[in-house]
Amino acid sequence: MSNFRAFLMGGGLALATLTTASAQELPEPAKQDWSFYGAFGTYDQAALQRGFQVYREVCAACHSMSLLAYHDLSGIGYTPDEIKAIAASVSVPDDPDDTGEIKDRPGRPSDRFKAPFPNEKAAAAANNGAVPKDLSLIVRGRKYGPDYIFALLTGFKDPPPGMKMANGMNYNTAFPGNQIAMPPPLSDDRVTYADGTKATLAQEAHDVVTFLSWASDPHLEERHRLGARVIIFLAAFSGVMYGVKRKVWSKVAH
Amino acid sequence: MAHTKTPSTFQNPVIRWVDDRLPIFTMISKEYGVFPTPRNFNYLWNFGALALVMLVIMIITGVFLAMQYTPHADLAFDSVDRITRDVNGGWLLRSLHANGSSMFFLVVYIHIFRGMYYGSYKRPRELLWLFGAAIYLLMMATAFLGYTLPWGQMSFWGATVITNFFTALPFVGKAITTWLWGGFAVANPTLNRFFALHYLLPFVIAAVVFLHVWALHVTGSNNPLGIEPKSDKDTLPFHPYYTMKDLFGMSVFLLIYAVIVFYIPDYLGSPDNYVKANPLVTPPSIEPEWYFLPFYAILRSVPSKLLGVILMFGAVVMIFLMPWLDTSKVRSAKFRPWYQWCFWFFAFDSLLLGLVGSQHPEGIWILLGRIGTLYYFGFFLILLPFLGWFERTLPLPASISESVLGGGKLASSAVAAKPMEKA
Ligand code: HEC
Ligand code: HEM
Repeated sequence: MSNFRAFLMGGGLALATLTTASAQELPEPAKQDWSFYGAFGTYDQAALQRGFQVYREVCAACHSMSLLAYHDLSGIGYTPDEIKAIAASVSVPDDPDDTGEIKDRPGRPSDRFKAPFPNEKAAAAANNGAVPKDLSLIVRGRKYGPDYIFALLTGFKDPPPGMKMANGMNYNTAFPGNQIAMPPPLSDDRVTYADGTKATLAQEAHDVVTFLSWASDPHLEERHRLGARVIIFLAAFSGVMYGVKRKVWSKVAH
Repeated sequence: MAHTKTPSTFQNPVIRWVDDRLPIFTMISKEYGVFPTPRNFNYLWNFGALALVMLVIMIITGVFLAMQYTPHADLAFDSVDRITRDVNGGWLLRSLHANGSSMFFLVVYIHIFRGMYYGSYKRPRELLWLFGAAIYLLMMATAFLGYTLPWGQMSFWGATVITNFFTALPFVGKAITTWLWGGFAVANPTLNRFFALHYLLPFVIAAVVFLHVWALHVTGSNNPLGIEPKSDKDTLPFHPYYTMKDLFGMSVFLLIYAVIVFYIPDYLGSPDNYVKANPLVTPPSIEPEWYFLPFYAILRSVPSKLLGVILMFGAVVMIFLMPWLDTSKVRSAKFRPWYQWCFWFFAFDSLLLGLVGSQHPEGIWILLGRIGTLYYFGFFLILLPFLGWFERTLPLPASISESVLGGGKLASSAVAAKPMEKA
């Protein structure tokens, strides 16, 4: 039997290395401190709202987040009135009216986040031929998730001497291939935070990545809470069943 | 035994009424109540029941996902996102289903290796084994089809790479592939039919599971000693002994499953599948889910596409042929010192091939993939037939009870036995 146990354990280990060792040519980004990591992790509400401010004032000029609706912002602590005001600050095409004409109307909480460009061609044309990705799922959609996005946003440097940069491209230490069409979006004091937090580059990047992580995985807190209950229940049930099983089997030799 | 009953002796009048007309309660009692089961199972015998639990979970979560899912190339990705973002409990359903697939394969792999170690495929259980292998094959098809449904980058490119292998078939390859795709590339018609088939196959699996369990209840279970029960002393009634043991095992298993579902839901998946499918952008590496990696390694172990495809399907065929490739009369590896080594090396080889499958096929990995593939087929086609002829097996115990209870000190009957040593 010990043979078999060793086999199972070995298998588990091999599996673990196997999934982490899968090939990808990315330098591993430095690990940051994220409040939502770990079994009891939660999002930092203030950071979420600051991060949304960064998205709205900076990234939204180029990047859509089309999978989110304005009313989703209740998940980061905005009140219905605040959400109404945020939605109303954009104008979107209305349904055809009785004469068939399409007019613009102010946004409503049920509208999806308004995209900066009407289509991908327009987006690419305005950005040196590269389409700024939709950011709704960007954190889950990248290896190393938040650490990678943080490294990307803080990784703009002068290119090393001798490196030939393509026209209009920017050097970035985190991006695969090191040449990215996105100009450095963040810098110290790029935004002025409503809550008075000092807007350093690292702070802005940390906040916007927290916001994007929430957007990728808005049910994380609920998942962690429910998970704890399910696991406590199953652990207790396992204990009880182990007792029952031993009791039943104590009557026979085996 | 207290539970032995004839149909008319059920106490409850409703049960008796039904049972006289359709003896379903008699059947349940016979097959799951008093069913004589070898008394010496270890915990590896929990995995059949666990596989059934997983099938049920997959069908239930799948049916509820299907109520919200849209099988259209333009809408599928967004509809899966809606499920996780907006549908009440949708994130849980999806995590249960996506990770459930991994847990299902994990359980079935342990179940298959258990059968290989203890010789459960041998006479008279060959048909039982064939049904099991058929379930495994259907599971692979189902999981492959399901993985295309979220229509992420890995869905699209995985489906493209795998279906492309059919073009390797001589003469008919192109025609078959076009027929599979419903067009000239993986596109909306492909997604439509993959969804229809992904919905259908689990119910085919359920039907084969029924046959599998039926065959099991004809031959009875194998056990770690690999010898048939000879008398009442060798067996225990299924209930309560194995119902309670299975419930305990299930609870521990669900605990592990829950840790993955709630705390590391993306660990086994590829981040690329959170990027919408784009036929114009190839991801840096295209890699199947972990449970296909050994076959992927075998596929890529030879430079010829056709030969690779033949080897990959051959690798599954080997499992079907096991009952006839193994010539040894002794079932359990406990009494087969050489087979035991070959088996462990085979288990190691499978993990190695899995690792190879996750790497770019270059440098040392090519060599390892070839050695692994060679041993894989060598195990089935050379070791299994020849070991049976010259391996000196160890003496088998006279009976299960003799081995369990030690020497001849036998209690009068299984249930009345006095408390003795515990597990
Ligand atoms: C001036 C337009 C512009 C602004 C402002 C901008 N981006 Fe980008 N971004 C781009 C473009 C263009 C790309 C595509 C780069 C490429 O593929 O070379 C991109 C790519 C990205 C990527 C994807 C990198 C990858 O791995 O593919 C992320 C993440 C990102 N931007 C985040 C942000 C964040 C966060 C902000 C706000 C702080 C922001 N961007 C502001 C234009 C912009
Ligand atoms: C043998 C049982 C099954 C297996 C192994 C299986 C496997 C899978 C896999 C691997 C995925 C991709 C998950 C992901 O990465 O998101 C998937 C998705 C899906 N499956 Fe299944 N499945 C099974 C049964 C079913 C059944 C019975 C149904 C419906 C009746 C179903 C409906 C769906 C739907 C709608 C999706 C797309 C949603 C999603 O991707 O989360 N599945 N399945």
